[in-house]
Amino acid sequence: MNNNLKILTNGILKDNPTFVLLLGMCPTLGTTSSAVNGLSMGIATMFVLIMSNFIISCIKNLIPDKVRIPAYIVIIASLVTLLQMLMQAYLPAIYNTLGLFIPLIVVNCIILGRAEAFAAKNGPWASILDGVGIGLGFSGALTLLGIVREILGTGAVFHSDDFGLSGIPLQGESYGMLVFVLAPGAFLVLGYLIALFNKLILKNNK
Amino acid sequence: MDYTLNLFLIIITAIFVNNIVLAQFLGICPFLGVSKKTDTASGMGMAVTAVLVVATLVTYIIQKYVLDAFDLGYLQTIVFILVIASLVQMIEIILKHSMPALYQALGVFLPLITTNCCILGVTILVIQKDYDLLQGLVYSTATALGFWLAMVIFAGMREQLAMTDTPRAMRGTPLALITAGLLAMAFMGFSGVDTGLRIMLGL
Repeated sequence: MNNNLKILTNGILKDNPTFVLLLGMCPTLGTTSSAVNGLSMGIATMFVLIMSNFIISCIKNLIPDKVRIPAYIVIIASLVTLLQMLMQAYLPAIYNTLGLFIPLIVVNCIILGRAEAFAAKNGPWASILDGVGIGLGFSGALTLLGIVREILGTGAVFHSDDFGLSGIPLQGESYGMLVFVLAPGAFLVLGYLIALFNKLILKNNK
Repeated sequence: MDYTLNLFLIIITAIFVNNIVLAQFLGICPFLGVSKKTDTASGMGMAVTAVLVVATLVTYIIQKYVLDAFDLGYLQTIVFILVIASLVQMIEIILKHSMPALYQALGVFLPLITTNCCILGVTILVIQKDYDLLQGLVYSTATALGFWLAMVIFAGMREQLAMTDTPRAMRGTPLALITAGLLAMAFMGFSGVDTGLRIMLGL
C-alpha cells in the first residue's frame, strides 16, 4: 500500500512533468490561456497516458525489443484517435478550442517517456497508478498555469464559454492585462512559476 | 497575380505574424533544448526545414490520394506520425551515404525531430487550412524559416545571458522562458501586419 502511494505521489511532486522534468512544454504553453482549457487538456492527456501505460505494461513481453518505440507510437496514436472521436462526439466545443493540440498528444514526450521508463518495466496495476500520478501532476500544473494567466489576463477565473461557465470575478475586468492571455504571458508565467518551484526546492535542501 | 500575392502573404504571416514557436507554441522542446549556442540552434533549424518540407509533400499526397479517396480521414493522426517517423529514418540514411558533410552537420538533430511537434502540427495544419500543394509547400518552408529565425535570435540572447550573474533559482529554464516571453512580446509587434498587407494588396 505504501509503495502504491509512493508511485502515485511521485508524479505529482518529485517527478512533476511540467515543473521538474520540463516535458510536454507545447501543450503546457499552448492551451493554458484559461484554467478550464488547461484542466481539459490535462485530463485529455491523462486519459491517453493511463490507457497507454496499462496497455504497454500488459503486452510488454510480446513486443520485440528492437521495434518497441515504433510499437509504442502506434499504440499511443491509436489511443489519441480514439480520444479525438470521443471528444468530437460528446464535447465538440472544447475539442474545437483545444484544436491542434489534441492530435499533438501523440508527440507529447511525457507519454512516450513514461511508456519507456515505467510501463515497460512494471506490472499493469503499478503502471495505471503511475499514469494517474503523472497525469494528476500534469493536469495540476496546467490548471495552476491557467488560473494564474486567467486572473492576471482577464480578472476572473474558471470562465469557459465551452462549458457555459460564467467564471468567478476576482477583480474588475478593466484591470485585466491581456498580454498574459496571449503568447508572451505563457512564457513569462511558466518561467516565474518554475523559478518559484526551484526556490522552494533550494530552500528545502539547505 | 492574386495567387502569387497570396503566396507572399502566406510567407510573411508564417514567418513573422504567426511564428510557429513564439505565437503558436509548436516545437518548444528543441527551442528550449538546443538553443544554448547559435551554431547548434542554426543546425537544428536547418534540419527541421529539410524534414518539414519533405514531410509536408508526402503527407499531403497521402491525405489527398489515399485518406480522402478512400474516406479514411480518421486515420490521419496514426498515418502522419508513422510517415514522419519513417521519413526521418530515411533522410538520415540517405544523408549518411550521399552527403556525409551535411550528415555531420545535421545528423545529431535528426532523431530528435520525430518527436518535434512542429512537424506533425504543420502537416495537419496544411490539411486543415485547405491549401493546395504549392501553397502547402510554401507555407511549410516559411514556417520552418520562422522556426530557424526564432531559434537563432533566441540562442544569441541566451549566449549573452550565460555571461551574466543571475539569481540561483532563476538559472537555466526559468530565465530562458522569461527571455522567450520577451522575444514573443517583440514578435507581437507584427500582429496585424497580415491584415494590413491583405488590404494593401487588395486580396
